[in-house]
Amino acid sequence: MRQTPSQTVGPYFAYGLTPEQYLYDFKSLVGNRLVDPLAGPEAVLIYGRVFDGQGQPVSDALIELWDAANRRFGRFGTGTDPDCRFLFHTVKPGSVDGQAPHLSVIVFMRGQLIHSYTRLYFPEETDANAADPVLNAVPEHRRQTLIARRTPAGYEFDIYMQGERETVFFEI
Amino acid sequence: MSQPTIPLFDREVQPPYLAPGYKSTVLRAPTQPLVVIPHSLSERTGPVFGAANVGPLDHDLTKNSMKNGEPLGERIVVHGRVLDETGRPVPHTLIEIWQANAAGRYVHKVDQHDAPLDPNFLGTGRVLTDAEGRYKFYTIKPGAYPWSNHYNAWRPNHIHFSLFGPNITTRLVTQMYFPGDPLLDHDPVFLSLPPKGRSLLICRFDMAVTEPHFALGYQFDFVLRGSGSTPFETV
Ligand SMILES: [Fe+2]
Repeated sequence: MRQTPSQTVGPYFAYGLTPEQYLYDFKSLVGNRLVDPLAGPEAVLIYGRVFDGQGQPVSDALIELWDAANRRFGRFGTGTDPDCRFLFHTVKPGSVDGQAPHLSVIVFMRGQLIHSYTRLYFPEETDANAADPVLNAVPEHRRQTLIARRTPAGYEFDIYMQGERETVFFEI
Repeated sequence: MSQPTIPLFDREVQPPYLAPGYKSTVLRAPTQPLVVIPHSLSERTGPVFGAANVGPLDHDLTKNSMKNGEPLGERIVVHGRVLDETGRPVPHTLIEIWQANAAGRYVHKVDQHDAPLDPNFLGTGRVLTDAEGRYKFYTIKPGAYPWSNHYNAWRPNHIHFSLFGPNITTRLVTQMYFPGDPLLDHDPVFLSLPPKGRSLLICRFDMAVTEPHFALGYQFDFVLRGSGSTPFETV
């Protein structure tokens, strides 16, 4: 049978997919807390922005995070933070299938007819990253786009849809 | 780790990233080729939702936001199945739903369309498929609405859907359209689909589920990527 084609999430997904975040009167299925931010020293903040081809931050993107190591899922829209950031409270995952620790990231937005898959890797995992089969499938000069930046607040992961720093997206 | 065994996106029916007629794709479509990666547990797993995630009125958009009466518009019932590419049902999978009201207005702060809100209609809901992959929900037929893509641009009547399926490769966000809508021939979002994909997003009027004196019936099946032999992982 033929796959059902994808269509854009559009500009109005907020009250359907992230209602509580945007203060709509409907219960959210999931939010941005994969773990309680006060759960303990392992809790980290993962945050970033999505940039369009003119370098403008996108205020109507929906980011989903899948942590296969811990089987945790989160979802956050970029429309409630004044700087268009997405934010997730989670823990740095362990390794799955012998790969370097990473989080799967799915990006949806108006202007995307089909969603984009990428991965977030951790900068301190130098050896594991060097041996990771997925990072090794990426041309070397583009690997850096998949590695988050350690900051005092947590890990920053900006997503560039186009341009010199265009994030690597996967066909999975 | 293994080479992909789940079928990739079928480019004969799926839209491209860049469709210049739909203007906002121009600055938002990736320009570099996608990198095909081997499938690991990261791709062969995904979130699992169950009955606990769905409230008693979530599947009835005509009732789940009632304040002081019935929502306005044409009541409809939409049903169908979620299948994989081999035609096997996808049981107990979540479908999220959102749409405009009968007047073509979304309950969203950035929707500036000068059409009335309906105090008794939020326009969002969710439903789980049963053991045979079947689903059914009640709503109001959404109205067409204008948008700023080009002069006199109107979106055809449509309902937005989000589905998960068994893992993150089966994730699907799409829109369902209605038969005979004259706006389909003018809508760059719909027309972004290759010709073979277009009819797959148009539901079918269904007299068999039309409820006398109550609601018109429509039937629509979803086909997710992959086959039943995909090694499913659950949380
Ligand atoms: Fe819409």
